[in-house]
Amino acid sequence: MAVPAQLEFFLDPSRCIGCQACLQACTECDTHKGQSMIQLDYLDRAYSTQTAPVVCLHCETPTCAEVCPADAIKRTEDGVVQTARKPRCIACNNCVLACPFGVPKMNTRMNLMMKCDMCYDRTSSGLKPWCASVCPSQALAFGTREEMMRLRPNARPVNAFQFGLQIIRTKVNVMAPRDWPDEVVDVTAAMYEPTIGHDMLDDIFVNIGDEV
Amino acid sequence: MKNSPPASTPTPALELETIRRFGPHVVHERESAGDSGADKLVKTHCCFCGQQCGVQLKVRHNTVIGIEPWYEFPFNRGMLCPKGIKRYLQQAHPDRLLHAWQKDSATPDGFSAVPYEDAVRRLAGEIERIQREHGHDAFGVLSGASLTTEKTYLMGKFAHMCLRTSNIDYNGRLCMVSAAAGNKKAFGIDRAANPWEDILGAEVILVSGANVAECAPITTNYIWQAREQGAKVIVVDPRITPIARTCDLFLPVKPGRDTALFNGILHLMIENDWLDRGFIQAHTAGFEALAESVREWTPGRTAEVTGIAEKSVRQAAEWWGVAKSSFLLHARGLEHHSNGVKNVMSAINIVLASGRIGRPNCGYATITGQANGQGGREHGQKCDQLPGGRDLSNPEHRAHVAAVWGMNAADLPSPGVDAYEIIRKIDKGEIKGLLSICFNPVVSLPDNNFVRQALEKLEFFAVIDFFMSETARYADVVLPGSLQEEDEGTVTQVEGRIIRIKKAVESPGDARSDWKIIQDIAQALGRGQGFTFDSPQSIFEELRAASKGGVADYSGVTYERVEDNFGVFWPCPDEIPEGAPALGPRGTVRLFEPGSWNPVAKGAGPFYFPDGKARFNLTPYVGPAEDVDAEYPIILTTGRVVSQFLSGNQTRRIGPLVDHYPEPRIELHPRLAERLGIADGDWTTVESRRGNCTLRASVVRTIRPDTVFIPYHWAGRKSANQLTISAQDPISKIPEYKVCAVRLRRADSPPEYAELLQPQQ
Repeated sequence: MAVPAQLEFFLDPSRCIGCQACLQACTECDTHKGQSMIQLDYLDRAYSTQTAPVVCLHCETPTCAEVCPADAIKRTEDGVVQTARKPRCIACNNCVLACPFGVPKMNTRMNLMMKCDMCYDRTSSGLKPWCASVCPSQALAFGTREEMMRLRPNARPVNAFQFGLQIIRTKVNVMAPRDWPDEVVDVTAAMYEPTIGHDMLDDIFVNIGDEV
Repeated sequence: MKNSPPASTPTPALELETIRRFGPHVVHERESAGDSGADKLVKTHCCFCGQQCGVQLKVRHNTVIGIEPWYEFPFNRGMLCPKGIKRYLQQAHPDRLLHAWQKDSATPDGFSAVPYEDAVRRLAGEIERIQREHGHDAFGVLSGASLTTEKTYLMGKFAHMCLRTSNIDYNGRLCMVSAAAGNKKAFGIDRAANPWEDILGAEVILVSGANVAECAPITTNYIWQAREQGAKVIVVDPRITPIARTCDLFLPVKPGRDTALFNGILHLMIENDWLDRGFIQAHTAGFEALAESVREWTPGRTAEVTGIAEKSVRQAAEWWGVAKSSFLLHARGLEHHSNGVKNVMSAINIVLASGRIGRPNCGYATITGQANGQGGREHGQKCDQLPGGRDLSNPEHRAHVAAVWGMNAADLPSPGVDAYEIIRKIDKGEIKGLLSICFNPVVSLPDNNFVRQALEKLEFFAVIDFFMSETARYADVVLPGSLQEEDEGTVTQVEGRIIRIKKAVESPGDARSDWKIIQDIAQALGRGQGFTFDSPQSIFEELRAASKGGVADYSGVTYERVEDNFGVFWPCPDEIPEGAPALGPRGTVRLFEPGSWNPVAKGAGPFYFPDGKARFNLTPYVGPAEDVDAEYPIILTTGRVVSQFLSGNQTRRIGPLVDHYPEPRIELHPRLAERLGIADGDWTTVESRRGNCTLRASVVRTIRPDTVFIPYHWAGRKSANQLTISAQDPISKIPEYKVCAVRLRRADSPPEYAELLQPQQ
């Protein structure tokens, strides 16, 4: 089973109403019952009611996996980055510190890094993930790209992010205004300077079921 | 100013022992015996708000262990708010009442167990005694709109036929009645005019006094989807709620000035001829007089009274005025006022003047609060009402219902008084006994110091509840009732759509279905005739007959039809006269369609008056009952947070929801905070003429600087309703929760409760 290729995850923080339905639903997952893999915070409550949910963006070449000294973090062939493998994880926190989006969290009680696996048990059988199922404002949405482009004519999905010299492509899309340019022009963007590439794919791909 | 409240202000006791015994305690997860697999999934609906999202309950070993989205239910398509996701934790909760209790001063917590049958017998004996000694009306009934329609019907029948008391009313009195009265005066019918699908495609959406994202979260997606498709969203609210954060125009109305705003908008519509004169001519009455009355509401005066910038008032009027399609939504922010009905009618006036109603994408609705806020106000538990939306004072209506019930119409009581007036009658000694179900007035009614004092005067007080609510602590007898997931039935949700509530599990212990308890009481009184139903469906079948021919006509509705069509919209008569357009399987989905037939107009027009015309109503502006002054210079407004529901009797026992927003905070603007020397997180004392309350401050720029906000879900010393005023609308009798005058200051020390109570207690 794999996540159907036509179904994608779309994240639009501008729609977030801070209700925490995503977070509460996340704790209903059988694989990490009672624990949410989603962070949801006010940006600055003194000034605004704006909140933003953080789910794993599922990088094509996940920094968390790249920095893992125990090779405990695996990405499925259909592109879902998983919680650390329990037998391998040494709870060193490298992934927690390295993720540019701040996603992995250390469960100190279990000595295990835990993170969003896009509800692989649901999505790999064609169901929506918990959070995108329930989200009342559909800040978190799961469906086809065609449907999303039709429903949100003012937005466009973006899945490439630049952090310093590192360019990261993700499985999850973040909605940006449709007519805006990709990047803010700055000095470094106009310079010749090769970014850090990811031409080496390591051995982080596994088939689910190959390994416990 | 001294730190202590005015000497005359009473304060609630902390009731530590009772809380220790009965909670609210929090539960974070349902322990399952290693296996979280479900025996069955039950397709039903959320137990909380009027959106009534479809959801599947996971059941294992007669316990609700979780939920699963129900993607096919069209209203919410799997979406849920946090309350709906965690509601399952209430079912096998350690605070559940598993048997009957009676007041017992010999125990530290004040109660001792009593066999159910003894408790029912004692209640029946007290009803009999009080009514014999003081007359039928000396025993009152308080009911609620979170009950299924079957139960609300039975409560009305129980009061009017079995007890023959005038004094029954319900907690929708704090919720839906201003909208109901305004709708009846303007349209002749009290129901959302349009299904929610009409929001999509509207050009302008005006949201007035509705914290949509927190109180009706699923509606957020409808509004934002409409915005994606080009709609302009206008939000009227003293606070920048999450739905207001991304709106196109924000009108920060000063609490209590809504009528002035809508009068001002209508003034500009008339001045600029942004009117549908054809519609006004053909389908309405009363426009000329109204037009004359709003002449004085110039933009300048409107701005001055409402506290909204004049250019924003003009912008709102223009967008609303020139739109080709629109949807106006309002909720308690518009309705919880001593002028609530007028506020509602003033909003309806701009809808009717635009002619944009009764068509696709042209709509109007109030956003229902409680689960069955709609169905619960239709079938006879309101003080002046009989089933089908009929009037208790109308001889024909009395005759119809008395015939269905098999009784003499002359034996039906006359109309009684509203819920708050019932409390006042208790205080005055006119009502000596009370039965309350699905109502927590000690938390939810305004000026609740008065409410508590009144309840203490009762000679006998009985409560049916599944938890020991703060109100139940005042009872002589508490009977263990059922949760929504423990019974069958129907409710009518925000759109006027009748939907099925399914039984997922049996009630635990000695707890049982509320309708059985009511029938047991009737039997114990020796007045069992008419109270021998064997199922909710058999109650519904009688309700169909009782509602037949009324405005809220359910006669064509069956459980099967409801289940086959994801709900049926009333009115849905079983017979349509020849020549009238036939109803589809979903009933009357959209009201007021051109050429539609209804039992009042009988083809004369689309509205529910004999001439088929809608009514413009005069809405002269009158300010709030208690305005600010030198002594109490700040406006207090109250409302909700997304993680709690109403008086919190259920949600304050659900750990993950308590964690989200553990305790009430007082929201105030930094401009006000600075002036008073209050910093974010400071303990702050708020005082009104009725009580005082010390809470932590939340200093935010998302509220008007002349207004402070406190959510009302908490009890005792944390209750916002210690402060609120019991002023009521003269027509709807809704209390004025949204405006009263207070003063505040930084507290010298933390309140006593801070160390003694958990956040939810």
